[in-house]
Parts: sequence; C-alpha cells; structure tokens
Amino acid sequence: MSEYVVELKNATKRFPGVVALNHMQLAVKPGEILGLIGENGAGKSTLIKVLTGVYQPDEGEIYVNGERKVFHNPNESAAAGIACVYQELNIEKLLSVTDNIFINKWIHKGMLLDYPAMHKKAKEVMLSLGQDIDPTKAAGTFGMGIQQMIEIAKAVLIDAKMIIMDEPTSSLGEKEVEQLMKTCRELKARGIGIVFVSHKLEELFELCDRVTVIRDGEYIDTRPIGQWTNDSLITAMVGRTLENQFPKEFGVKGDCFLKVEGLTVGGVLNNVSFEAYSGQILGLSGLVGAGRTETVRAIFGADPLDGGKIFVKGKEVKFKTPKQAIDAGIALLTEDRKGSGLVLAQTIRTNLILSSFKQHSTGMFLDEEKIEKSGQAHIETLRIKTPSIYEIVGQLSGGNQQKVVIGKWLNAEAEIYIFDEPTRGIDVGAKVEVYNVMNDLVKNGKCVIMISSEMPEILGMSDRVIVMRGGSVMAEVDRNSRHFNQEDLMKAAWGGSLDE
Amino acid sequence: MNKKIGGGVQLGTVLALVIMCAFLAFANRNFYSPGNIMGILKQTAFNAFLATGMLLCLITAGIDLSVGANAIFCACLMGSLKEAGITNGIILMIVAVLAGALMGFINGTLLTRLHLPHPFVSTLGMKNVLWGAALVVTGNKMINKFPETVQFLGRQTIGTFGGGFPVSFLVIIILYIIMHIFLSRTALGRSIYCAGGNIEAARLSGINTANVLTFCYTMSGIMAALGGILSVGRSGICNGSMATQPYDTDAIAACIIGGASFTGGKGTMIGTMIGALIIAVLRNGFTLLSIDSSVQNIVLGLVIILAVFMDVVRASMEAKRRRLAAAAKMH
Repeated sequence: MSEYVVELKNATKRFPGVVALNHMQLAVKPGEILGLIGENGAGKSTLIKVLTGVYQPDEGEIYVNGERKVFHNPNESAAAGIACVYQELNIEKLLSVTDNIFINKWIHKGMLLDYPAMHKKAKEVMLSLGQDIDPTKAAGTFGMGIQQMIEIAKAVLIDAKMIIMDEPTSSLGEKEVEQLMKTCRELKARGIGIVFVSHKLEELFELCDRVTVIRDGEYIDTRPIGQWTNDSLITAMVGRTLENQFPKEFGVKGDCFLKVEGLTVGGVLNNVSFEAYSGQILGLSGLVGAGRTETVRAIFGADPLDGGKIFVKGKEVKFKTPKQAIDAGIALLTEDRKGSGLVLAQTIRTNLILSSFKQHSTGMFLDEEKIEKSGQAHIETLRIKTPSIYEIVGQLSGGNQQKVVIGKWLNAEAEIYIFDEPTRGIDVGAKVEVYNVMNDLVKNGKCVIMISSEMPEILGMSDRVIVMRGGSVMAEVDRNSRHFNQEDLMKAAWGGSLDE
Repeated sequence: MNKKIGGGVQLGTVLALVIMCAFLAFANRNFYSPGNIMGILKQTAFNAFLATGMLLCLITAGIDLSVGANAIFCACLMGSLKEAGITNGIILMIVAVLAGALMGFINGTLLTRLHLPHPFVSTLGMKNVLWGAALVVTGNKMINKFPETVQFLGRQTIGTFGGGFPVSFLVIIILYIIMHIFLSRTALGRSIYCAGGNIEAARLSGINTANVLTFCYTMSGIMAALGGILSVGRSGICNGSMATQPYDTDAIAACIIGGASFTGGKGTMIGTMIGALIIAVLRNGFTLLSIDSSVQNIVLGLVIILAVFMDVVRASMEAKRRRLAAAAKMH
C-alpha cells in the first residue's frame, strides 16, 4: 500500500510545438491538504486535466492507492475517486440544489426519479459541509460560496478520495473563504486528500500541510508548509527574486478630480460620498458585495443612479452612457476582463483602439498607420508577450489580456483611471507591471481609483483608502494614519468603527 | 497572417462555387451561354441587396427575418401610391427607401430601447406585419405599369453581351465595395464587429452599442427597400402575397455560406457575395435541369442546414486550433 492516495509520476504532456508538462510529479497523502502553486502558464491547468482524465499524458503514470490507473476520459477518473471543483463552477442555476448534486447520478424508484430520497440525501450532504439550506431551491438563488459547496457535495457523493480545488477562493468573500477552509479541514479529517490551487500565499500558509511549486511545466519542489516562507515560495514560483511585491511610487497630490456626493442606487448603494485626487491612488476596500463595483459602474454611467451628484474637476456631470463618462476623461477597467473588457475574438490591434476610435481616425476612416504604430508601442511599453498585434486576444494569457485592456484605456487618454480588481487572476510578474502602470499614471498627475479585495495590495499601493460595507462608506483612512493597517481596515469592512 | 476582420473568405466556399459551375456546364450546355450568365447575375442582385442588410445584423449576433417581407412591402407601397396617382418615379423610390428604413429602425428600436430579448422574435413578428401591410396597401391586387424610372434598376442593361450586363449587378458591385471599405476601415464598421463579439465590452469601451445596432437594422431596412425597387423592375409588377417567399432564408444562407456566424462578430462582404452567387447558381441549375420546384425547396432547405452545420464545425475547429495555439504559448 502506497503512502499516497493519488500519485502522478513522471508525467509528460506535449501539445503540437510545446511541452506543457515535463516530467511532472504530484503526490497527495490521504487526509492532507496539498497546496499547488505556480504562475499562470506554469502548467497547473494541464496537470489538473491529466489527473481528471480530460487529457491523457504522453508519458508517466497515475497511481490511486498504489494501483496503476489509466484514464481515458473524465468518467474513469471520477470512478477512481478523483474529483475536481473547477474555478468556473458547473452549476445549473435554474435547477434545484438537489438536481445539481444528483446530476447524472439520479436515484430511481422504479421508472421515476425518487425526489424525496434525493432531497433528503442532498440536505444531509450539504449539512455535513456546514450548509443548512433548502435543497429544493434553485441553485442560482444562493451565493458563490454555497454554489461551490454544491460542487464539493458532488465530490463527496461519489466518495472522492481526492478533491482538486482550482482557485476556489478567487470569487468568494472573506466569510465564505473561512467556511470553505473549515470544510476543507473537515474533508481532511475524513481522510480525503485535497489539492488546493491558489494564488494567495496567506491562504496556503493558513490551510496547507505541504505545498508543491511548479514552474514552466516542470516540478520544482515540495516542502512541508513550515519550511516555506513568503519569499521562498515566490522565488521558487518565478525562478527569480522579486525585489518588491508592491513597488509603490508617490505622485504629487493635486486637485480633486472626482467628487461624488450621496450616490444612491436602490438596495445597492446608500449615500456614498468620497473624493479622489490627482496624483494619488485611492483604494476602495471592502468585502465582496460591499458595493464597490456598483459604485464605480454608477459613476461611469454603466448603470443608472437613483440619486446623488458626481463632480469631475469641480463640474457637475450626469452620465447616461459610458461614452459620456469616457468623453469626460474617465476610464473604467472592469473586474471581468473576458466578459466586459475585451472582444476576445478580435485582434490585439482592434481591442487596443476599442475606446479610442476617434483618436485613431482621420475623418471617417481609421488611420491604419497610426493604429499600427501605437499598437506596437503598447506591446513594447506594456510588455505584452505576443508575436504580433494581429494575434487574437482570446489566445493570450490572463496577464497579457489584462495588459491589452490597460493599453485600451491608456489610448483613451483619460484623467481619472478606475481599476476594478486589476490584478485578479494574473501572475506575480504581471502584477508588478500593472502596479508600475498605476505609478506612472499618478506621477503624471492622473487620478487613480483601485478596487481590490487583496488587503496587501490595498495597503501596498494606495495613498488613501475608502472602506465600504453593504453599499455604504464605513471609513476613510489616509496612508499616514495609524489605522492604515490590515486589522483596522478589516474591522471597518466588517462594520466596526474606527476612532479618530 | 490573416489581417482581414473576422476571417477572410474561405477557400472551400470559392471552390464549391467553381465545382458547381463546372458540374452545371457539364450537365447542361446552356449554362455557360452569355444569356444565362447574365440571368444569374440578375437573380443574384436581389438576394445580394437583402444579404447586405442581413450580414450587418448577423455580425452583431442578431438577425433580420423581415427583409423579404420588407422588400415586398416597399414595392407594394410604391404600387399603391402609383395607383393613387403619384406617377413621379423618383418620389416613389424615395418613399420606398424611407419606408424600408423606418421599418428597419423600428426593428432596431424594439431590440435596443424596448429590450426585446432577441431580434429573431421581433423581426419574425415584423415579417408578418409587413406581409399583411403589403396586402392591405394593394388591396390584395397585383399592380403593374410602374414608371420607367422605378423599373430602371431592375430592368436596364449595358451593352449587348448576353442581352446586356444588368445595371442591378453593377450597382451591387459598387455597393459591396463601399460596404467592404465601410466595414473594414471606418470606426462605425469596426464597432459593428466589436458589438457582435462582446456587446458589454463594447458598451463599456464607450461605443454607443444601442445606436450601432439600430443603425444595422435601419440599413437592413434600406437594403430591403432597394431590393423591393429592383424586384419591381425585374418583374414589372408588385404582389403582396410574394412576402411569404423564402427571401430571408436565401439572404441568411448567402451570409452563412460566406463565413458569417450566428454567434456574431464574423462575416465579410466578399464572402457574402460568393454566398449569394452560390445560391443563384443553385437555383439557376435547378431550372436548367428542370428539377421540380418542390424538390428545389427541399434541396435549398438542406443547403441552409448544411451551411449552419458548417458554421458550427468551423467554430469548433477554430476553438480547437486556438486551444492548441494557447497551449503552445504557455512557454
């Protein structure tokens, strides 16, 4: 009997012209939480897909409880006890929780489905995961945290020996993350091995027993968590030492570029007021669902406002469409670059001029030469890794896609740049490059507003922080204030008050 | 490197046209007679007008099922005005184009301001409205004896080769060149592709997507009206009951065969032209081989299904190619 519940040995996976996995290995003990970390493009997705039978490795072996297995498809992997909770959940939002859990594993009573039995079982499984919910309700009526639990319940139901969680916390709020961690520990106590993929180092330190680092499709190292540090993990991951995770540079605080007064959107925003200045980064902190995205979308004219005033450089404005906001010098980099930032099927070249057709036209016609030139310039200055500006954006990695969105907004020559979760899901190296863009903007007297759910990022990059909760502003903290620390900002985000 | 927007013309499509022509030339010696060739071009022109508007809507991931009925309605409107005593052809044509544009504008407005879910339903409804309207304005009668100016576009030819080169096809060539430049070289043209690729991203990038979409449907209405004027010239009559003919599906087929996709963001004028030629050659071939008209309908229906299937296959092949390319770029 092997010491490991699942062991991948010496796996190599080649795609035409590329080796995605090169002698990769991964070993998970029963009842252990193994962290898996690597930059985007390190081969995590391919590794997961090999384990779940989506891809078949060209070389290498998979052992489950010491027994050699070959998976031809995901069903065989599931039958062997390997389950995966993907980052993009496979939830049928309109169907009930029960339907989701028992999809393709229905309990029959004669010819018909035995719903009472399934509801009962679904209720039990969800309860065992710490969720006391009504399983007859549609899955879409619950939050992301519970939808994820439904995926985990599916894994539990097939008696999974190992569950892979692919960046499970990326779309969860603080409280949901806590619940997820609790559940992970319970699954661990039941003897299930967990592979926990995350970009967030602090989560790994809090949760994992061991952490495996991979880079460029190759296995780098596995150590017990106690033998890793923040720095050694990052070094192992990027293969070089990152001097500073947050290379903050300071601009000169100038005029108030954006002032909002009493912004109200029924049920979402409640009397939101703040000011943002030229030469500064204003951080918008708070839990997921605190109303930060809604605030900036309302400012940008993307969603209608029920009340409140917006002033740009002291002049009151009323935007009915994003176009009017852009014309007034506001840029909004949305949190969902694929859904609302890019036209994935179009080229880098077209995406870069998406919000600056006018600047790139002579009369009626587009100025091809100018577009070409500015496109090349952006590829160089933003270090977009691509053979040419004619590449389809959908083919780029997350970090490079984000740089294209940034390039799009730099082209729009705005005065006020709003970045909503600008570094979500991109690797450490690309993050630093995004921070440097923000630094350059404030040094050139622009005003930057940054929404981030990463506390270290907020503290690392902001000159001033607004903390929101439930659609209201809870606190405003200057970089020089004694409240400018993780504990106090968290306290405000949870509804506590900060004394002056 | 393919620099054309949304993919260039598929080689296979051109090949299909060539093979069809070769087969028909072999099967019937009349196929390559100058008269027949000119006949095909005449037949292509009507569909090519409708397909132009259809293409714009398809690129935005929409559809306009009312183009055929709109064309016939515009023709019938001219007929009823003529009966009412307006004999100035220029005025009749202006009214027709304005009416077509208005119908298209209504389609666009239903979609963008009233937020009806998909133009499939609203334009299908509009098709029935226009069919009925065409019968109402003509009082269920066929109308003939249109002024010469109205019939010019559909009837006039240049030279004597094969009975003369049709003016209508010349107009189509010019229109397609202008539209090609419009789609590939102007900000509005590019905005149409971007709105079709990701409408939310386009809106948040400052493109007024509601106006872009309304523009496309209005253009579709104008193109339908031009098609209606052409039809009057070709047949010399207008007939409201023609509104139920499968003109819309011919237009959709031309676009899809030419590389457009129901998922939007793709399609070119050149491809659509080849698609329209394929449809016309197909219909011409049926006539030459004296295939029964009911069988024609069956085959054309199957061709359309095949074209859509090709679109799906194309999309999945492209997705696979992209996946491999993306995997190749991981390092």
